[in-house]
Amino acid sequence: MSDDHASSLISAEVRHVEALLESRGLLGAGEIDTRIDEFLAGGTPANGARIVAHAWTDPGFAARLLADANEAIREVGLSMAGGLQEQRLKVVANTAEEHNVVVCTLCSCYPIALLGPSPSWYKSEAYRSRVVRDPRGVLAEFGLELPAATRISVWDASAESRYMVVPRRPAGTDGLTEPELAGLVTRKGLIGTAAV
Amino acid sequence: MSRINDVGGMSGFPAIIEEPDEPPFHADWEAHVFALNGALIKRGVYNLDEFRDAQERLPVQEYLAASYYERWFAAIRTLLAEKGVATPDELHVPHD
Repeated sequence: MSDDHASSLISAEVRHVEALLESRGLLGAGEIDTRIDEFLAGGTPANGARIVAHAWTDPGFAARLLADANEAIREVGLSMAGGLQEQRLKVVANTAEEHNVVVCTLCSCYPIALLGPSPSWYKSEAYRSRVVRDPRGVLAEFGLELPAATRISVWDASAESRYMVVPRRPAGTDGLTEPELAGLVTRKGLIGTAAV
Repeated sequence: MSRINDVGGMSGFPAIIEEPDEPPFHADWEAHVFALNGALIKRGVYNLDEFRDAQERLPVQEYLAASYYERWFAAIRTLLAEKGVATPDELHVPHD
């Protein structure tokens, strides 16, 4: 069976369930398309990057962010309350001594509002099983070779809690504006599988 | 007792594969399943914890063989049947 054939079979099954729910009044006409559009227009890693750049340039904000991220991100117009239920957010900052990396070993919990849709590798059994057993080896597979002296903390997200990493500010970026700094921050940097 | 989703620290899984420039969804039906779940939770047909549980108690072989959004769809059908919204037969395309 080709992938296309399998995909068309499941497409038909999904359409069938949608039509059934519409006929029973549990789904409004056009509701699915509206939700998809809203989701795709919603979270993006640019949100997380904006938080990081602000933290790099404003030590007071950085302290508030690490102390109570749910409150602090409201200062930059963001919130963890936009999804199905408000999620607790903890932000952890990398230092010369410690590197942080985020996973959800049980499923795929992820701060979508700040990072956008999650990549498949984050949801894979390979990442979920291995990053807690051998974080240094997994980070090396991502091309991030950390010094042996660097401590690695792995944060396991749950149904109620989400995590985001503040990478270390790269050297030689003193002259950059906040938007330019935000442009340096990647999704993998915010998860912890890249340096920035 | 842990269930099959509780893979943290488990040995034997392969190398992690990154997909460059990965789209949010790999097919339209995945986006539909994603949105369908949100709509049903918002309507109170079931809640988020029930949805997670329904995935995590899929038969082990089915869980491991299914793709991410295939698991979601299986969980949605399970809950729609258990909540009495429809019979299992009604939730499948009829076959001649």
